[in-house]
Amino acid sequence: MIKTDILIIGAGPTGLFAVFEAGLLKLRCHLIDALVQPGGQCTEIYPKKPIYDIPGFPEILAGELVNNLMEQCKQFEPGFTLGERAESIEKQADGSFVVTTNLGTAHHAKVVAIAGGLGSFEPRKPLIDRIEFYESKGVSYAIKDPEIYRNKKVVISGGGDSALDWSIFLANVASEVTLIHRRNEFRGALDSVEKVQRLKQDGLINLITPAEVIGLEGKDQLEAVMVQKEGEGARLLLTDAFIPLFGLTPKLGPIADWGLEIEKNAIKVDNALDYQTNIPAIFAIGDVNTYPGKMKLILCGFHEATLMCQSAYKIIHPNKKSIFKYTTVSGVDGFDGTRKEAPKSVVKSID
Amino acid sequence: MLDITIHITDREGVVHEVQAPTDMAMNLMEVVKGFELAPEGTIGICGGMAMCASCQCYIESDHQLPQQSEDELAMLSEAFFVKPNSRLGCQILISEELDGLKLTLAPEE
Repeated sequence: MIKTDILIIGAGPTGLFAVFEAGLLKLRCHLIDALVQPGGQCTEIYPKKPIYDIPGFPEILAGELVNNLMEQCKQFEPGFTLGERAESIEKQADGSFVVTTNLGTAHHAKVVAIAGGLGSFEPRKPLIDRIEFYESKGVSYAIKDPEIYRNKKVVISGGGDSALDWSIFLANVASEVTLIHRRNEFRGALDSVEKVQRLKQDGLINLITPAEVIGLEGKDQLEAVMVQKEGEGARLLLTDAFIPLFGLTPKLGPIADWGLEIEKNAIKVDNALDYQTNIPAIFAIGDVNTYPGKMKLILCGFHEATLMCQSAYKIIHPNKKSIFKYTTVSGVDGFDGTRKEAPKSVVKSID
Repeated sequence: MLDITIHITDREGVVHEVQAPTDMAMNLMEVVKGFELAPEGTIGICGGMAMCASCQCYIESDHQLPQQSEDELAMLSEAFFVKPNSRLGCQILISEELDGLKLTLAPEE
């Protein structure tokens, strides 16, 4: 069981800044995120895009902002459970919570802060008849262990980096790799596009464009996919596996069933005070919450995280008083023993 | 500055006639969001970067629209329910030339 003071669900900018603010109050944080890297949308969707409305940064790339936030909070030693989705929450007799992920990792904390953005990122599933039936029977939306495709026939569809990269990788593992995309153009890194081109010429990747998988066949297990190439009739292609890689889309997911008040696909909070939800000691901060006048901006998430930490402190230490301090005056003492402080001014007399 | 009229059929098939300002640098996705013609969280998920297809719509009048960027074409190539008249609303800036535009929102993925 992982134990912490504030359990943060979502490791995007708001969650990461909450670690820093909590650390100033000597509270420890642990973060859960469905993605395998911290940063949320900023790293998953637009790491190379600039943001212009972070106070004090006339322009900063989303990926760079996440790196800075990681650097800013690192002395407070946040824990991470990455690649797992928070699934269930159980209130304990003493008022604390146990949050368990889809992989069964359990976390214990007195305060839970949901900083889940638009939800956890899940693969976009193509609209193919009976595709659910074939899930884990040959159809998967992500590749966890490429070895299971050794000497198998694999069909991948999609036109982005993951479709290209996995086609390249599996060309040396699977007995046959077919890449199917709706256009002739791919939008992955140029280097990957060129590699696929070479593998196609060497006969190691079977490229079908512009085309689409429109049907799945097989009695108990996937046996073939129906491929429709533009301007041609549909034809059956024998395969052991079909891996559609159409990117990820955020879904509020299991959090929606935690008994929290939901409005407009977001969690209602008390914005007059501390962004607490209808369940005491569960907070919602950043894009995942809603209140009158809500704006889904990173800078608003930072503010919400800061106020949340003040209330979290009172819940965790009911008998202590938190004292408001400026970092410039009192410095920053990390849990790792480091200390940051303003340099002392030099006093020297002039003769 | 001038407002233009846009006819938007929502995902339930209800037709809305809305007045959209041309001087606010708004795009079609933001107009749909602004008039709450699709529930929050089901449109404009990526914020308007042509990186999701939640604002896909079918253009049903023959207005001259801004050309599709490479990003929009790539996204639409991976979107679902795509038709020849599909566009991403976030990539269409509201301008006086679009007065009378007719469109239908594509289904939610």
